[in-house]
Amino acid sequence: MQQLNLLLTSLPDGILLGFVYGLAAMGLTLIWGVMNVINLSHGPIIALGMFGTFFLFSRLGLNPYLGLIPVAVVGLLLGILIYAVAVHRVINAPHLSSLLATFSVNMIIIGLGTAVLTTSPYNVDFSAGGFKLGSATILGTRLIAALVAMLFTGGLYLFLYRTRPGKFIRAVANNRTAAELMGIPSTRVLALSFGLGTMLAMVSGALIATFFPFSILAGGSYELKSFVIGVLGGLGNPIGALFGGLVLGMLEGIIPAFLETSWVPVIEFALFVVILLVRPSGLFGAKQ
Amino acid sequence: MKHRFLNLVGVLVVVSMLLGACAPQATEAPAPPAATEAPTTEAPAATEASQPPVAAEETVVIGFTSSLTGAQEVSSKRQVAGFNLWMEQVNEAGGIQLSDGTVVKFSAVTYDDESAKERVQELYTRLITEDEADFLISPYSSGLTAAASIVAEQNGKIMITAGAAEDDAYKTGNTGLFQLYTPGSLYLISTVDMLKTLDPEAKVAIVHENDKFSTSVVEGLKPYLEEQGFEIVLEEGYATETTDFGPVINKLVESGATVLLGGGHYPDGSTFARQLFERKAGLKFISLLVAPADSKFPELGDAALGVATSSQWELKATHNEEEASALGKPWYGPTGEDFAAAYEAATTEKPTYHVAGGYVAGMVLQKAIEDADSIDPEKVRAALEAMDIFTFYGGINFDTSPEAHGLQLSHQMVVAQWQKNDAGELVREVIWPADVATADPLYPVHAP
Repeated sequence: MQQLNLLLTSLPDGILLGFVYGLAAMGLTLIWGVMNVINLSHGPIIALGMFGTFFLFSRLGLNPYLGLIPVAVVGLLLGILIYAVAVHRVINAPHLSSLLATFSVNMIIIGLGTAVLTTSPYNVDFSAGGFKLGSATILGTRLIAALVAMLFTGGLYLFLYRTRPGKFIRAVANNRTAAELMGIPSTRVLALSFGLGTMLAMVSGALIATFFPFSILAGGSYELKSFVIGVLGGLGNPIGALFGGLVLGMLEGIIPAFLETSWVPVIEFALFVVILLVRPSGLFGAKQ
Repeated sequence: MKHRFLNLVGVLVVVSMLLGACAPQATEAPAPPAATEAPTTEAPAATEASQPPVAAEETVVIGFTSSLTGAQEVSSKRQVAGFNLWMEQVNEAGGIQLSDGTVVKFSAVTYDDESAKERVQELYTRLITEDEADFLISPYSSGLTAAASIVAEQNGKIMITAGAAEDDAYKTGNTGLFQLYTPGSLYLISTVDMLKTLDPEAKVAIVHENDKFSTSVVEGLKPYLEEQGFEIVLEEGYATETTDFGPVINKLVESGATVLLGGGHYPDGSTFARQLFERKAGLKFISLLVAPADSKFPELGDAALGVATSSQWELKATHNEEEASALGKPWYGPTGEDFAAAYEAATTEKPTYHVAGGYVAGMVLQKAIEDADSIDPEKVRAALEAMDIFTFYGGINFDTSPEAHGLQLSHQMVVAQWQKNDAGELVREVIWPADVATADPLYPVHAP
């Protein structure tokens, strides 16, 4: 009975957090889906989003949710820049090349970040209140973050399925050669896709910063979660990533009700391996 | 084919991330002295010699790693700042003069261990074999120190362990480790004694980081709580990298606990404190390890209010010569006020116990060299084993039994708590033991 109560208390938290995890994973899986590149700079980019909120809120006094707009714009431009500098030349090379290219970007961001920001924890002292829902405490920051994540997911869906550039992206993801033959400027589409993926990562980081302290190294754990979620939802399937995020968030809420909290990462990564072995296309199917 | 590639990528990703965690390669350079102010006359002075000094000068090389990056950065940097202050003071005071006229001065070689055990082992080997360090200071944290201690023992080096409270490293037959901190198993004893007077009916939850240090604290805490008649309603460990304490806090509330004892190090402790506040966990008392002892902690704002910690040293309750006289122990080194003034002049910050630990690590080595009248490691080891002194930091006396060689025996801790002063600013007050307390405990912290 006590465990059931605990489960009901922790589950809403897990679900809300799951939306944000899903948003972070969506950025990773979008890039994979369109260009078959595993973006190993995903974690530090999430951390840059966190610092975006920190500087905009703590130094400029901008509301963290209004601050998402400049963070998103910077994320989009940064992604396009990373694509142009590090990814474009290796896009047709063996997968290991793009893996190493993005890993290099990862190292550069972490190195610069460590030099400038150190690895000390930073804290955004922001609260959006909270309320009781039964025995569960719902924090305003998490609720708003989940709503923003849903908004971005909806926006991405509309962009991909209702706009011309979105259709270009899907066409390139489906068959780049055929898309090029149809006159689609694939280089620009790939750069835009990388920019969108980076934007989603930075926005998720900016949201996470409103409820957890962070450092330049903090993105690493969310990157790992993004891989688990990506595999769970189906790599290359952005909408599946949101559901994968929800599954992971719920697991993080459920597991501590029955086991010690330290079992959470063990079970998460065991699940990662199991899904890879049993259903590599993910629970919701790989890229379409 | 695609699936096989996905599997390969999965494995690569995990490996890459592990590599990434070790990524930031800091420049390996000797530690720059931190202080800018010349040593005062109260600083640990060079020994007076009756004969004019002979020109011979020996430079003792002290090796250590510091966590310039990674999870231990905050506390480690403070420990190193304290050590650097000591070294600058002793060198500027003319070093240590031995009876044969030799003047002993000190230099340090240090590297960034990135808060990683693998780096610690690699770098301590380098410090010993390539940099030819004469003596070693431990890295910060029990986990890193355990890794360093293996290398130190294998090479027969003396290592003063400054930021490492865990007991086990001293119970494995080591003979070169000498601990400054109160052992982990005794870390929260003062806090329990205080609770016994404040609220003997308190229901205690123990929620701690799953690492060597915090686990050793809990191993000492549990039997003592039971002995004192407290009910332990929850015991829970969490992974070092935990950021979401929501499920743990829900468990805590569900358990009916009124008091929380636990935490681990700075990153997790500060995160935990913030979420306890946000979720209005309604605890009467919160004591977390390490994090609240740092001067960064008030950055949490109101979440810091009422959070207590066990502290190895507090300026407001610094030890003094009268205490030493009452205990019949010889006093050594500067007063706490002089140490704090020198540190503040150098850094504009008030010293924490991590700073004091780093400073005293050097000071203890200095005292041992003076007592040994030599820099010969065996003579210095014998001097350390015979040491029984009192400093601003407290008592220093090491266990010499084969079962727990080097374990600290004399040093005692105080309990400090973040409270608000008349101006509404957060200040860390000493609340226990009662005879050195600077304020009454804030209890209950929040209405249950």
